[in-house]
Amino acid sequence: MGTRLDIAGQASTSDATRPILSVSDINLSFGGVKALQGVGFEVRPTEIFSMIGPNGAGKTSMLNVISGFYKPSSGSILFEGLDRTHLSPSAVARLGFARTFQNIALFKGMSTLDNIMSGRLLKMKGNVLTDAIYLGPAKTEELKHREYVEHIIDFLEIQSIRKTPVGRLPYGLQKRVELGRALAMEPKVLLLDEPMAGMNLEEKEDMARFVLDVNEEWGTTIILIEHDMGVVMDISNYVVVLDHGQKISEGPPNRVQNDPVVIRAYLGESE
Amino acid sequence: MSDLNTFPKLLLDRAQRFADKPAIREKNFGVWQTWTWSDVEKEVRALACGLVARGFKRGDKLAIIGDNRPRLYWGMAAAQAIGGIPVPAYQDSVAEEMHYVLEHAEARFVLAEDQEQVDKILEIKDRCPLLQEIIFCDSRGLRRYDQTHLYDFEDVQNKGREFEREHADFFIEEVNKGKGDDIAIILYTSGTTGKPKGVMLTHDNILITARNSIEREGLRQDEEVLAYLPMAWVGDHIFSFGQSYVAGFCVSCPESAATVMHDLREIGPTYFFAPPAIFENILTTVMIRMEDAGWLKRKMFHFLMDVARRAGNKILDGRSVPLSDRLLYALGKVLVYGPLKNTMGFSRIRLGYTAGEAIGPEIFDFYRSLGINIKQLYGQTEAAVFITIQPDGEVKADTVGTPAPGVEVKISDDGEVVYRSPGVFHSYYKNPEATSDTKTADGWVHTGDAGFFDTDGHLKIIDRSKDVGKLNDGSIFAPKYIENKLKFFPQIREAVVFGNQRDYVAAFINIDLEAVGNWAERRNIAYASYQELASHKEVYDLVQGYVEKVNRDLSSDTKLAASQIRRFLILHKELDADDGELTRTRKVRRRIVADKYQRLISALYSDQDRCDIETEVTFEDGRKGSIKAQVEIRGLEYLEPLAKAS
Repeated sequence: MGTRLDIAGQASTSDATRPILSVSDINLSFGGVKALQGVGFEVRPTEIFSMIGPNGAGKTSMLNVISGFYKPSSGSILFEGLDRTHLSPSAVARLGFARTFQNIALFKGMSTLDNIMSGRLLKMKGNVLTDAIYLGPAKTEELKHREYVEHIIDFLEIQSIRKTPVGRLPYGLQKRVELGRALAMEPKVLLLDEPMAGMNLEEKEDMARFVLDVNEEWGTTIILIEHDMGVVMDISNYVVVLDHGQKISEGPPNRVQNDPVVIRAYLGESE
Repeated sequence: MSDLNTFPKLLLDRAQRFADKPAIREKNFGVWQTWTWSDVEKEVRALACGLVARGFKRGDKLAIIGDNRPRLYWGMAAAQAIGGIPVPAYQDSVAEEMHYVLEHAEARFVLAEDQEQVDKILEIKDRCPLLQEIIFCDSRGLRRYDQTHLYDFEDVQNKGREFEREHADFFIEEVNKGKGDDIAIILYTSGTTGKPKGVMLTHDNILITARNSIEREGLRQDEEVLAYLPMAWVGDHIFSFGQSYVAGFCVSCPESAATVMHDLREIGPTYFFAPPAIFENILTTVMIRMEDAGWLKRKMFHFLMDVARRAGNKILDGRSVPLSDRLLYALGKVLVYGPLKNTMGFSRIRLGYTAGEAIGPEIFDFYRSLGINIKQLYGQTEAAVFITIQPDGEVKADTVGTPAPGVEVKISDDGEVVYRSPGVFHSYYKNPEATSDTKTADGWVHTGDAGFFDTDGHLKIIDRSKDVGKLNDGSIFAPKYIENKLKFFPQIREAVVFGNQRDYVAAFINIDLEAVGNWAERRNIAYASYQELASHKEVYDLVQGYVEKVNRDLSSDTKLAASQIRRFLILHKELDADDGELTRTRKVRRRIVADKYQRLISALYSDQDRCDIETEVTFEDGRKGSIKAQVEIRGLEYLEPLAKAS
């Protein structure tokens, strides 16, 4: 039978307690709006790390800073011990970051298979000439990538929609395809921006299982933004809470859950 | 040949004779992966030895739970090879149902497909004291589980290979200990009434039945079969395991339950089984897609389908057909039937079976008219499937054919079908009372179905025997049989017939609002509600036409001629689960309907031609209201029984 993907070791550093990603003192403003003010945290390899907070707390902004879409006005990002603060999104992607979006960003007219194949783009080595005539190395390479993609399709249980144009799929499945495309990049760190938003309970449970399985099978570090508290508390190893651009609490789920500061941020003052 | 009396022995022989021929296939990672008979033997051998190394003993049960997967089929042969008994369980059953089967079967080992199944087993493990080891095929999601008593399939096989290096002849010796009358498998019947019963079948039961049926249908080593029905169901066990081992043909396992239709097209089976509902679904999908086609294509399709309806069945049965139709049919083959069969994945079908319940004659004829040889069979778990099969060339939509080879069938004095055959089960596991209730000392089995043989010697199943009553003149009355006949017309949604201990048969009809509504619109018949449509004279005429057709059908059967519907009415409201008239699965609650519409029933058995009634209804939001109506009752001529026009 086919080989199992086994790149679990690749993503984790030798010392599991050393952070894979250190974010410190990030400031980001849009005009007069201070989106992030002095936010810092550390993400450890192979953990599921969640960012939560009320609407407008700065979660997506933080994710965009990490993935290089936004340039912070100050602060630093260390990835595997090296300074990665000022890289372009594509350079960040090459480092081993992949993400999914709050609003699905797939090629609607293309099939599931092609969408996920597009995630392999950074891994392809061919040039325009050999690719155009599809001979020798180009063919071998295509087959290699196709095999990898098939493992992802199998993993996400989307065999039945392999050839279906993504635009025709229900929302929950589109989210899954988007996760597939991110996985195709063989990321060390997976950034998921509200992967369960707008899903029904069953779809949420499915997605939570896939996130856990990705983490377990591949040892991928996962940074998750999610509104559904039940899901966050269930699957995260560590939680950071943002409010009005500031970090107000952090720690393991059970501690954060009972932190009065957090409860106040979500429910308002009790007086 | 005669010493190949168990499946493991057969496997060793197949691994020699068909070494390089494909035995089983599975689509994985988008590619069909194939194992030859010699590969299968190695896999089974490694698994069997691995089980022994993990403590599996002769007589132990191996529960098998999952979708159709090669590894699970190998589990069956592996357990048998070392003197164990495989017990497949329905993969979609919830933990509670699984608990009953695993505990009752006293399974010590479980072979499970994946995390989903393992979770269910772990949930009930505490309540199954004998259950010890769980082997899983797909490790996905299971790494963080407590690994005591939880084993990866491949690790078990590796252990088995090690074991074999030290005990070289062990496997062969174990296989040779097997005898034909050993229990080969325990299959739990789904049990619509009461708890499931574990049907024990011997190697002889399955081998002889498989051989007989292969011979009868001329099945060959090069058949292609898609294994997609539950492994715990006797049909799959015979078609995908028993017959495959005996005939040596290859079985393909779909990629997932959701891809079956797609995989069906890729494999293009030559031998196929499906319950009526699946044939119906495929047909509906095709018809809906056809309606989206351009008008020219649609015209061509309908014209050529008419030709097929006229000539196709006859051509398939080898009867005479006018030359013009023969030519048109040939044209149709190129333009419509061929492409259509290709779309459905039926291009190569030489033999298809349907069973389980009555198939609508229109659906049945549709496939046959395209030249797809589907036939009905009648069978049971207790019979290792085959009781009767429709013989080629003598296929009739309303019978289930003649006794299968080696099977004796007779009708008991009270109208029940009983049979005796080499396939008759050993006994129910740990249930001697049920065994003696079902199987007589000299091997006759009670089916619980009422039926009779028609003049050509074909068996007709009419109903469950407990539902069959008698008319006052003593002739049999089979309500479901008549209701089914009525419901085969798409315009009739529901029918309830009365007649037990009455002078004649009378019927309530519910029209299908959508089908009849469409029909009415095309005829400019105005209506504002179901009630108005149902009471319309022309609708009554339409329904009367169908009832007459059913009567004509019944009159051709001397035994059923007395069951002709003499009076009928169209109900003023739809029978509804909200009003308690139907179950949630849309089965009529006869007693409640009889109580509620007592007035109408009395009217049916009087000479009134109208009846006033007021009925309480429950709206979807739970409020109650009532409808008043005057319902018309129509009488019909009795048709004298006639000899079948053949």
